[in-house]
Amino acid sequence: MTLAWMAWTTPTALFFIGVACVLCGMGVWHWMRPGGEPRVGVLGIATQRGDRLFLTLLGSAFIHLGWIGLAPEGAPLWGGSILSIVYAALVFRFV
Amino acid sequence: MKPTNQKAWLLVLPVLGLVALSAVIPLMTVVNYSVQDTFGNNQFFWAGTAWYEQVLHSERFWSALARSLSFSAIILAIEIPLGVFIALNMPRKGVGVVVTLVLIALPLLIPWNVVGTIWQVFGRVDIGLLGATLNAAGVDYNYVQDPIDAWATLILMDVWHWTSLVALLAYAGLVSIPDAYYQAARIDGASQWSVFRYIQLPRLGRVLTIAVLLRFMDSFMIYTEPFVVTGGGPGNSTTFLSIDLVQMAVGQFDLGPAAAWSIIYFLIILTLSWIFYAVMTRDESK
Repeated sequence: MTLAWMAWTTPTALFFIGVACVLCGMGVWHWMRPGGEPRVGVLGIATQRGDRLFLTLLGSAFIHLGWIGLAPEGAPLWGGSILSIVYAALVFRFV
Repeated sequence: MKPTNQKAWLLVLPVLGLVALSAVIPLMTVVNYSVQDTFGNNQFFWAGTAWYEQVLHSERFWSALARSLSFSAIILAIEIPLGVFIALNMPRKGVGVVVTLVLIALPLLIPWNVVGTIWQVFGRVDIGLLGATLNAAGVDYNYVQDPIDAWATLILMDVWHWTSLVALLAYAGLVSIPDAYYQAARIDGASQWSVFRYIQLPRLGRVLTIAVLLRFMDSFMIYTEPFVVTGGGPGNSTTFLSIDLVQMAVGQFDLGPAAAWSIIYFLIILTLSWIFYAVMTRDESK
C-alpha cells in the first residue's frame, strides 16, 4: 500500500513532523522538569502546559489565516510565522 | 515523592489508534489537499496558500459562515432553556417516568434524512399538514419561496429533533441531585425559583456544558436535514457551511478550495467549542 492517496508534499510533511516534534518536546520537558500544575493567567482560567500549547497552535493557525487574508498581496508567509512565535511566547508567559 | 502508576495510560492506546485512523490521518490528507490542485487521476500540483486566499476573500464563505453561526445561536437559545424546562416538568416517580422518557427519546431515534423528509412533506403547502393548515388559516407560508419561512421550518425541525437530547441530559442531572438539598430548601422556605437558581441550575452545570457543546457542534455542522428540506434555498438563504462545502467538493470537484474551506471550518468549530468549554468550566477549574 502506498501513501499516494494522501497526496503528501514536502512542506506539509515537514509541518506535521514539526508538530510531532513539538508534542514529543513537551513530553521530554515534562519528564525533565515536571511542573505542569494549573495556573490562572490573563484569561482567568486555569491552564497547564498542554493547554497553552493547544492555544498556541490554534492561535498560530488563525494568525496565519489572518496574515493570508489581510496582508498585502505578495507578503511572505513567514511574517505570520514570526507573529506566531511572539504569540507563543506571550501565551506560555502570561496565559 | 509518591510513585505514580502510569500503566493506565496503556488502556487508552486502542482509542488513540482509532482516533489516528478515523480523524488524524484524514485531517492530514485534507491539509495536503488544501495546498494543491488536482484534476483527478491522483495527480497533484502545488498551489501554496492560493486556496486559502480564495476562500478568505470570497463573499460566499463569509455569508455561509454567518448563516451557520446564526442558525447555531438561534437553536441554542431555544433548545437549552426549553430542554431544561421540559426536564423540570418531567415526572420523577411512577409509570409516567418510563412513558415520558420513551416519548421524549423518540425523535432522537429517527435518522436525519428521515427527519428531513418528514418536515419536507409536513411543510408543503399542497399536502403537508403544517403548510396546508397555515395557508388554510390565512398565513402566507411557503418554505420553498420565502427565506424566513425556510428558516422557521429548519429551526422548528431542529428544535423538534434535538430538544429531547437537552431534556434527557438535564433530566439525568436533575435526578442525581440528592434529596437533602431539597429538604434544606424546604426548611429555609425557599421559593421554586430560588430552588432552581441556587440548587438545580448549579448542579446542572456539567450536563448543560455537554448539552451546549453537543448541540453547538452538531448544529454548526448540520447538513442532511436542511439539504433534504430546502436544498440550501430559496436562493442561498439556507446554504450553511456544510452544504456549500459539499457542493464545492462533490458537485464541482474543487478539492483544493474545499479542503482549505474544511480546514478553516474545522478551526472555527475547534475554537468555539473550546471557548464554550472554557467559559462553562471556568469556576470549577480555578
